[in-house]
Amino acid sequence: MSASLLEIRNLSIKFRTENGPTEAVKNVSLSLKEGGSLAIVGESGSGKSVTALALTRLLASPPAEYASGSILFKGQDVLGMNLEQLRKIRGKEIAYVFQEPSTSLNPVYTVRNQIAEAIKLHRPDVKNVDAEIVRWLNTVGIRDPEKRMLDYPHQLSGGMQQRVMIAMALSCEPSLLVADEPTTALDVTIQAQILAELKRLRTEFNMGLILITHNIAIIQGLCDRIAVMFRGEVVEYGDTTSVLRSPQHEYTKALMTCVPRLGSKEKRLKTIDYSWLATK
Amino acid sequence: MITDTDNPVLQEAQLIESPARGVWRRFLRNKVGVVAGIFIVLFFLTALATGLGSLGGIYYPYNPNTTSLEIKLQPPSLAHWAGTDNLGRDVFSRLLNGSYISLTVGFVAVSVSLLLGVVVGAISGFFGGWVDNIIMRVVDAILCFPTFFLILTAVALLGPSIINIIVVIGLVSWTGTARLVRAEFLTLREAEYVRAARSLGAKAPALVFRHILPNALAPIIVTAVISIPGAILTEASLSFLGFGVQPPQATWGNIITDGKTYLLDAWWLIVFPGATIFVAALSFYLAGDALRQAAETRSERK
Repeated sequence: MSASLLEIRNLSIKFRTENGPTEAVKNVSLSLKEGGSLAIVGESGSGKSVTALALTRLLASPPAEYASGSILFKGQDVLGMNLEQLRKIRGKEIAYVFQEPSTSLNPVYTVRNQIAEAIKLHRPDVKNVDAEIVRWLNTVGIRDPEKRMLDYPHQLSGGMQQRVMIAMALSCEPSLLVADEPTTALDVTIQAQILAELKRLRTEFNMGLILITHNIAIIQGLCDRIAVMFRGEVVEYGDTTSVLRSPQHEYTKALMTCVPRLGSKEKRLKTIDYSWLATK
Repeated sequence: MITDTDNPVLQEAQLIESPARGVWRRFLRNKVGVVAGIFIVLFFLTALATGLGSLGGIYYPYNPNTTSLEIKLQPPSLAHWAGTDNLGRDVFSRLLNGSYISLTVGFVAVSVSLLLGVVVGAISGFFGGWVDNIIMRVVDAILCFPTFFLILTAVALLGPSIINIIVVIGLVSWTGTARLVRAEFLTLREAEYVRAARSLGAKAPALVFRHILPNALAPIIVTAVISIPGAILTEASLSFLGFGVQPPQATWGNIITDGKTYLLDAWWLIVFPGATIFVAALSFYLAGDALRQAAETRSERK
């Protein structure tokens, strides 16, 4: 067994709102070993993104408040860090890929410029920055990287932009990549490409991966473990294969029946069945 | 390191349009804007020539301050394009000389107000919370003063030198810019790419200057250009009231003051400086407006 990379213990996050505090994340405990992968699945507002952003304390605080629990990254308590320590972890250790690639890249800078910023920030010893950029663009499967790195984000397609985002995240050589719905804004074929890319890169660099998604169908084969979140709580947590084969929680079952299947005789797409909530 | 000269790909990339170049190209397509821009350049060159000329005194048709009473109050002629005033000074030369004062006041006062406005607005918008609250209440308080009378009082107390006028105009006019910059920063600090930069560990100064400010630059530049005529008009008003730059230095405002006594006998003493102020102010407004349109990429899809 390899060492533990991330340990989230009993994490609760509250948001102070005008109508009093709202608990977005309730008593969540998750763990990830080095090079391991975890999928966090759930519907909108289930607290999956909040959990992900909390890993490097990216939530604006206030209104966010880390009410209780701890986040241990490589044994260090993230919640107890000062800003300087946090900045050393952000990007360098934990890098993010966000949902919307078209808005995640700064429109006024070229691809080269943006990736160079990440490299200069965390790897000041790299001398030939351009060669490094080309290498990473190559790694994420961008053809003609010498040319593409001079493009502005608006000149690239959505899939290319997301690849650039991934290259940017990888260029700091993080030990954990957090992909927050990385394929939601992309069409299905590109989605498959990006996921395959993530899978390949993960094994290639022995990098931890946390994949956040509301699409339970894309997890299989990409993540070893799965955590299903509902209303801020982890309702089911375990091995991907066993969870998908025999879901224990009603919500997981409901979520799985919603995945549309090709060739299915159903006329209408299923929505999540919440009837189990009433019996609880 | 790839340098720009030995990389053929990079040379080809010169064809790729940067956002700034795109704005410039769209600006050039706007005829009104280009004409206004040409006027501004002409005013600027005149100001530069006469500004230097006031050191050497060789750039005028006539010396703007030489009086010759035998030719006083002459109507426009080939010798004196805009006539002469009550002391026989050439009005055209005085207008050229006055452009130096007006443009200096316009540009420098706006620079002062821009600097203050951007810094204050950026702090307010980026940090938010109680910092924002305090700064915005101060801005509200300053906005409550009737600006022109505040300037008038300040200049009356401090003495009407050109530096005082510039500083005072700059100090009372930054609030609009501050509000604009704050609003831009409030929006942009939540932008995905700012969050992405933050998630990569970028420091606050890098977020402000590298990621937010360049994206807020277009509206800031447009406001700056559009507030230049305001400063020019304020200076002209101050000069007209006798609180501006003091005679014998010609300014567009005090030429009108000198001429108002002879309004019925010598129309050219009022009309030419009035028209000059009008054209200058209009040029800046129209150029600013054309710049605003060029900065909005949406207008290109028409």
